[in-house]
Amino acid sequence: MSTPQMVMYDEEFQEINEVIQRLLKEANAKVVFLVDKNGQLISGVGETERFDTTSLASLTAGNIAATGGLAKLIGEKEFSILFHEGEKDNLHISIVGGRVILVVLFDKHSSLGLVRLRVKKSSEELSAIFDKLLKKAEDREKRGVSDFPFAEITDDDIDNLFS
Amino acid sequence: MSFINYASREINCKIVYYGPGLCGKTTNLQHIYQKTAPEAKGKMISLATETERTLFFDFLPLALGEIRGFKTRFHLYTVPGQVFYDASRKLILKGVDGVVFVADSQEERMDANVESLDNLRTNLTEQGYELDRLPYVVQYNKRDLPNIVTIEELRRELNPTGVPDFEACATIGDGVFETLKAVAKLILIDLKKGNQ
Repeated sequence: MSTPQMVMYDEEFQEINEVIQRLLKEANAKVVFLVDKNGQLISGVGETERFDTTSLASLTAGNIAATGGLAKLIGEKEFSILFHEGEKDNLHISIVGGRVILVVLFDKHSSLGLVRLRVKKSSEELSAIFDKLLKKAEDREKRGVSDFPFAEITDDDIDNLFS
Repeated sequence: MSFINYASREINCKIVYYGPGLCGKTTNLQHIYQKTAPEAKGKMISLATETERTLFFDFLPLALGEIRGFKTRFHLYTVPGQVFYDASRKLILKGVDGVVFVADSQEERMDANVESLDNLRTNLTEQGYELDRLPYVVQYNKRDLPNIVTIEELRRELNPTGVPDFEACATIGDGVFETLKAVAKLILIDLKKGNQ
């Protein structure tokens, strides 16, 4: 496979949530999401229940992929920040550490400048956590440690999913 | 590339439906959407043109249930089938865990099938994948139409490696769930192998 499998552990999950929770507060945002580039939601804080988070994750990743394609066409590596302005709500989308997408939804109680400033700081922290996560996964693989839940699944387990 | 979250005990996998224009990829997803219990599915998203041709992708999240305490979720995507949307197809293949190739069984679409399958191989290679090493199944759709090619010929042309294949009529749902089940099973078996 071209890309290593994305794995999330409890410890890092907590750390990530602390960072985005703080970002939510400091940027005066409504919702903050983290999405992986393949469209899978990693975590979300704020008024998440008001939104279809799964669809939001998939469309965000599609959006980043499409603008990434545009960037390559004009000779750029990527566009690392996207901003969508609506009548009431705005979306600030940025790429963190080259591999995950940070989405901040905010309204008139915040401003683009404030969001950009706070996102920059949080991105560095998030980037460090994801580096650690990647290293951890690699280390485990090297040592042959596997707490993988699927290692012992049987055909029956799989068939039961569809019954 | 599946995403395993030990914190929320979830496994997410991505399945892509590939095939020539108008072969029935979106119809497959629509049937799955209609026949799945509300608690097991999310919203289906279609980024389509005004004439209902897929422009970027269709997306359907499915939660199949739990395996060993892990929630198993599959994200189903279709690609736009029309030849000129190739850039979009490449993007959607990123991070794919399993592929369904939907072939149009009509005689006049054989060339389009072959072209689309070649395109699939090329685009996967560009992303660093090999079709022969991915969980992969083939569906021969539109078996209810009059001017169709025989299964033997479809197999010879489109499935020389003998991966699991299914006859289907997606408009009424025949073969749709069999196809999905087969690819999901291959993905889970692949995950199991990959970590031993």
